[in-house]
Amino acid sequence: MPEIVAFLLEKSLVAVFIFIVVLTVVAFSTWIERIVAGHIQMRYGPNRAGPFGILQVAADGVKFFMKEEFIPDRANKALFIIAPSFTFMAAGFIMAVIPFGDRIIVAGREVLLQIADINIGVLYVLAIGSLGVYGIIAGGWASNNKYSLMGGLRASSQMISYEIAMGLAIVALLLDHGTLSLRQIVMNQQGAIWHWSVFSHPIGFLLFYVAAFAESARIPFDLPEAENEIVAGYHTEYSAMKFGLFMFGEFLHMILASGMIVTLYFGGWGIPWVQPPAEPGILWGLLSLLVFWVKTYFFVFVFMWVRWTLPRFRYDQLMNLGWKRLIPIGLANIVITAGLLLIFQHFGIAG
Amino acid sequence: MAEIQKTVTNDPFRKYNLTLAERLYLPAIMKGMGVTISYFFKKPVTIQYPEEKAYVPHRWRGRHVLKRDEFGRERCVGCQMCELACPADAITIQAGEVPPERRHLHTTERYSVTYEIDMLRCIYCGMCEEACPEAAIFLTPFYEFAEDSREKLIYTKEMLTERIGGPIFYKD
Repeated sequence: MPEIVAFLLEKSLVAVFIFIVVLTVVAFSTWIERIVAGHIQMRYGPNRAGPFGILQVAADGVKFFMKEEFIPDRANKALFIIAPSFTFMAAGFIMAVIPFGDRIIVAGREVLLQIADINIGVLYVLAIGSLGVYGIIAGGWASNNKYSLMGGLRASSQMISYEIAMGLAIVALLLDHGTLSLRQIVMNQQGAIWHWSVFSHPIGFLLFYVAAFAESARIPFDLPEAENEIVAGYHTEYSAMKFGLFMFGEFLHMILASGMIVTLYFGGWGIPWVQPPAEPGILWGLLSLLVFWVKTYFFVFVFMWVRWTLPRFRYDQLMNLGWKRLIPIGLANIVITAGLLLIFQHFGIAG
Repeated sequence: MAEIQKTVTNDPFRKYNLTLAERLYLPAIMKGMGVTISYFFKKPVTIQYPEEKAYVPHRWRGRHVLKRDEFGRERCVGCQMCELACPADAITIQAGEVPPERRHLHTTERYSVTYEIDMLRCIYCGMCEEACPEAAIFLTPFYEFAEDSREKLIYTKEMLTERIGGPIFYKD
């Protein structure tokens, strides 16, 4: 089979597989969120539709398809329809570079369980993540509703502020790893458990985690969704499937942010002290995929846990935190890390 | 050693200093998350209806029943005391003379020809039970009689009267 065909086939199969896996996980995250929310509040979540309420996901899906779709009278039709797709797209494009698993050797070819291992992976993630803001602004503007507009503006200001904090948090980590390729960062963290970057960059991890909360618009930073939603909000005028896309996009963003945290700070798909076999087969690939998702899901659970613990930030508290606290801490982190790296290099200490 | 004086509000009666740990928020967040996760592992307090049902005391005021005496005769004599006593005007009674064919079912000449309770108007206060001189009407602890139209919830005498032998409610 000519090389180009084999290459295209391999990439498309991996892409479809990862797409299906991620979207299934996202769909079930909506169910898990409700179960976790219920148990934290000492009640059961939905447990009537199917065993343990698993078919609630299907019921929600059917509901979203069957509800009446309407567009407000003088709304900007094109923007109104495209806005949810922006959010979903921005989150979806990120899943192209996250390393979900190790390389496997199948049919004589080496296949990575990662759609694209580009050597500017981190930069790509940050850049595409910024596109998600367009969806919120477009949704708020196109709704022809003053409250939606206000909600959209506040949401967008929150998101762009915390993108800076997110980028700065990662810079120190990148100084240490010396590469932007996500696969390489994961490979650098293999071996013992103290090779995980979280142990050498704890403050960076904390900064990145807080910024990820703000980027995903999760409580305590969920001004876009809840605060205004008592009045209105950027997705007020959205009905069935469009709202479903917004919701789905938000969950996808949350899960992929957790995936990024696991990749950058917690050793990605690797098991500490376990070497990949010399000829990794499908079983090893599935195992690494499972390890990745277990770690990611722990952080998704923490996202949900924090949601039901903390009250919401006020807008000025949120801006204060983003600009006047996280950015200086991030910058200090970079300076200190750079200094320590120089010292280690000078004295030849392995870092 | 100069302490950083960080005040919470400008209200002169509420100023206090926050320690560094308090200003970091993180220890407080951790403590809050500890509380939340402890609730995650506690047993939920939900009563899973319809598999489990809540405890109902035996004097709980639910659905009405018109009882009979030990000879099978209806105790209700149509005196309309309950209709008078009802604060919600839920009971409607037409009283009349007992016809010959029904003599075996009643103790006196008077009986309630029609006896209707609008279960949606009723406030289940039990005044009718207290007012009845014949100990004919009682409120039972039964509550599962939801219907899908208002007409179906106007109970007639046949639906309300206790059945002879077997379950007392017409629905069973």
